[in-house]
Amino acid sequence: MRALCWHGKQDIRCDTVPDPKIEHPRDAIIKVTACAICGSDLHLYDGFMPGMESGDIMGHEFMGVVEEVGPENTVLKKGDRIVVPFTIICGECDQCRRGNFSVCERSNRNKSLADKVFGHATAGLFGYTHLTGGYAGGQAEYVRVPFADKTHVKIPDGVTDEQVLFLGDIFPTGWQAAVQCDIQPTDTVAIWGCGPVGQFAIRSAVLLGAKQVIAIDTVPERLAMARAGGATTIDFMAESVVERLNELTGGKGPEKCIDAVGMEAHATATLDSLYDRAKQAVMLETDRPHVLREMMYVCRPAGTLSIPGVYGGLLDKVPFGMAMNKGLTFRMGQTHVNRWTDDLLRRIQQGQIDPSFVITHTVGLEQGPEMYKTFRDKKDNCIKVVLKP
Amino acid sequence: MAKRRNTRPDALAQGLGWFSIGIGLVEMLAPHALARGLNLRGNERLLASYGVREVATGIGILASRDPEPWIWGRVAGDALDIGTLATGLDGHDDRREGAGIALAAVLGVTVLDVLCASSLRARRRARAVPPDYSRRSGLPRPPEAMRGAARDFEVPADMRTPEPLRPWVPAA
Repeated sequence: MRALCWHGKQDIRCDTVPDPKIEHPRDAIIKVTACAICGSDLHLYDGFMPGMESGDIMGHEFMGVVEEVGPENTVLKKGDRIVVPFTIICGECDQCRRGNFSVCERSNRNKSLADKVFGHATAGLFGYTHLTGGYAGGQAEYVRVPFADKTHVKIPDGVTDEQVLFLGDIFPTGWQAAVQCDIQPTDTVAIWGCGPVGQFAIRSAVLLGAKQVIAIDTVPERLAMARAGGATTIDFMAESVVERLNELTGGKGPEKCIDAVGMEAHATATLDSLYDRAKQAVMLETDRPHVLREMMYVCRPAGTLSIPGVYGGLLDKVPFGMAMNKGLTFRMGQTHVNRWTDDLLRRIQQGQIDPSFVITHTVGLEQGPEMYKTFRDKKDNCIKVVLKP
Repeated sequence: MAKRRNTRPDALAQGLGWFSIGIGLVEMLAPHALARGLNLRGNERLLASYGVREVATGIGILASRDPEPWIWGRVAGDALDIGTLATGLDGHDDRREGAGIALAAVLGVTVLDVLCASSLRARRRARAVPPDYSRRSGLPRPPEAMRGAARDFEVPADMRTPEPLRPWVPAA
């Protein structure tokens, strides 16, 4: 089969690789009908996440049709149409029973390695380093889905692939980012980053009833899409984020702040980002946490910081004293996808939201390597790439 | 080196980047021979400094995601080169011919530099007009009409704002 494989920093190739096989009785093999390039794939592409090996198949946002199931998988059958959440879940461990699916205790098959790095292992993820299990990803013609009897969302007829594909990651990620803000009708929610997750966070905050949603970015088309979703926008290259946020909130700051940027904050926009970039270059720091610093500074005391943006390792000059004295609440983590998918699928079916609005490019798998560059460089007005194997 | 889309202006920029490094190394490593050949004796240090400039510009072009400012830098450098080479045309030395050939070559490269920089600028300006995403709301009605449409959703207990941080309402 064909698959997009990682071969090193900024080196993704469309290779021919062996077809996946059932390895465990709960597995399923699916034929991928649509997959997407996610912003967090770019952290692998740019070499910021450790634990990748040459030949690893990329991709954790995909859906398809069940081709084969293991003998103990009585939930799925050949021909079922499913979206696959990027977090692999057993559905039986203590964390899964609590709904903390992204920290499933059993699905990371490289648990001992992850225990050493993280203290305790988190869930296995598709196509996302050997620290999270080293599972083959979904930017391929076929995928093996471990624990497939739990790791799936069944898709009924009547909705298109484009409407439901993002239930596997970015829609629930934006939704969880807003949900964990516990939005009140009097709240201003400020969202850093108008990439795909930021776009879904904007719409989620609007649907959940925030009084005001403010989105921060500098890419014109992303700001335009944010405005379409109901946000007031700030171009961080043209105006002071802190001054504008204070203006828009009567000098008090936003009650809720969402970081939909993560470790690769714009490297040349601010002095602290330049400092981070220089330290990154000599391997003294792994991440550029400008957004975190700015959120801590501008957030209203007793406010909440929600962090769906991915961070990878060690962060420098984070003003934790400021956060402590302001009594800020931090909520973060990979998304507990299955916790939200039934509700979000219902909202899509009811027409409350159509997630396909975010798709700007649809191409074949063989064009994937080129689209990684286009997406990373924000060229050709690219916001979200869907690949059709 | 930063990777870019391999479009024609990018490919030309990349070629000019390598050319810049090549010519810069020659100027840095053999300024005396160059000065003799171009009828610029006494200007060896100047030629070596031009070499440093060329190498730095070349690295800038190849390493940057946006080579346009570096290519305009090359155009400015070309002007310096032309001015310097023109001084080699003075007098009746037989080596005037070398300076003349070099001047013609630099004029040719200058045309390429200007073409490349102009193409990159035109592409940047074309991109500066964002596409119309104003209809891409993903919502069935205007956002203001959809505000709070999902208030039926109950935030799970473990994701609610901690009780001590909720707005305090004193007992009546």
